[in-house]
Amino acid sequence: MNINLTLIGQSIAFAIFVWFCVKYVWPPITAAMEARQKKIAEGLSAADRASLDLELAQEKAAQQLHQAKEESASLIDQANKRAAQIVEASKDDARKEGEKLIEQARAEIQQERIQARDALRTEVALLAIAGAEKILETSVDAKAHSEMLDKLAAEL
Amino acid sequence: MADTPVEYIKHHLQNLTYGKLDAGYERFDGSVMSESGWTFARTAQEASDMGFMAIHVDTLGWSIAMGVLFLGLFRFVATRVTTGVPGALQNLVEVTVEFIENLVKDGFHARNPLIAPLALTIFVWILLMNVLKLIPVDYIPSIAHAMGLEYFKIVPTTDPNATFGMSIGVFLLIIFYSLKVKGVTGFAKELGMQPFNHWALIPVNLVLEILVLIVKPISLALRLFGNMYAGEVVFILIALLPLWAQWTLNVPWAIFHILVIPLQAFIFTMLTIVYLASAHEEH
Repeated sequence: MNINLTLIGQSIAFAIFVWFCVKYVWPPITAAMEARQKKIAEGLSAADRASLDLELAQEKAAQQLHQAKEESASLIDQANKRAAQIVEASKDDARKEGEKLIEQARAEIQQERIQARDALRTEVALLAIAGAEKILETSVDAKAHSEMLDKLAAEL
Repeated sequence: MADTPVEYIKHHLQNLTYGKLDAGYERFDGSVMSESGWTFARTAQEASDMGFMAIHVDTLGWSIAMGVLFLGLFRFVATRVTTGVPGALQNLVEVTVEFIENLVKDGFHARNPLIAPLALTIFVWILLMNVLKLIPVDYIPSIAHAMGLEYFKIVPTTDPNATFGMSIGVFLLIIFYSLKVKGVTGFAKELGMQPFNHWALIPVNLVLEILVLIVKPISLALRLFGNMYAGEVVFILIALLPLWAQWTLNVPWAIFHILVIPLQAFIFTMLTIVYLASAHEEH
């Protein structure tokens, strides 16, 4: 247990080992560890972000689904209303058309009646004249008696 | 080798010493050195007569071997390091590095890129040197003896030269950073004006503070040395028992040392960090 040059030798060895460790051992190992730490942290935050994104997407999808349902419901509603309107309108139209047709028919009948009456009247007037000629044995001057004949015809 | 138990113990506690013997020195076998020269000591007396001009070849050899093993292993991993999934070896290295990094983070708050690798070096190196202790006490010395080496002590931390060698390194760093961070006047003020802040008490303060400073490397070195040396002595004593009885004490003592070995490495590292932290802080 003598103290001797070993002391100095050991100190020198110590200094060299520490220098080597500071320069060639410590930096690469800690750098790699830090890099891995960063990588893991990034991975974790990416996973967090992804799950957040997923949640948001699900929420959005649910919202869209809800909206679509609402829209389709309102569309159906509108369509129903419109259909009812159309049916109502067509009913109205049909009634109006029918009435119009009836009116026309009535007007036509009326006209025909008037025409027939007129024709009958003329006919009757002619017949009356013919009868009167027979009775009088003379021809009736149509011109001279037209006023009277017209009056007669109008009375018929 | 030795015959009596006392000789056996003394033999196992003697380092392999290569040193300078002066001219006219009478060797163990009665021969006289014709001129001064370097040689291996053949007896404990010769080793101690060599004085300061001697080297413990075993201590230095094994400690450098352990240091090279540590740096080789860590450098091997450092060149192949991956940021992806690490292999078993890289995992081991990273666990150690992270352990030291956390120690330094907790104990050392100034910014100094030297402290963490310094602590790593101290921890792993001392751990490896201490682990040598678990090799049965007679194995390596027997091999060395067969190769013609009289003494061979493989655990460097049972040699105060090794522990003091490291603690002096730490001590120089403490002085260096104290001067660097606080400046010459700041450091002088810390030594002179504490703990009693009065000019008349400067001598008292100086004595106290310098004592505190000097005690740091001594406590570092002696704690490690004392624990390892005492453990080694007990291992040697157990080795003196009859063969059939050795395991009853050897096994528990070795298991106990599985705790002591990393603990002593940890304490040396932790105290180094604490001492250097206090060198960086103004009091």
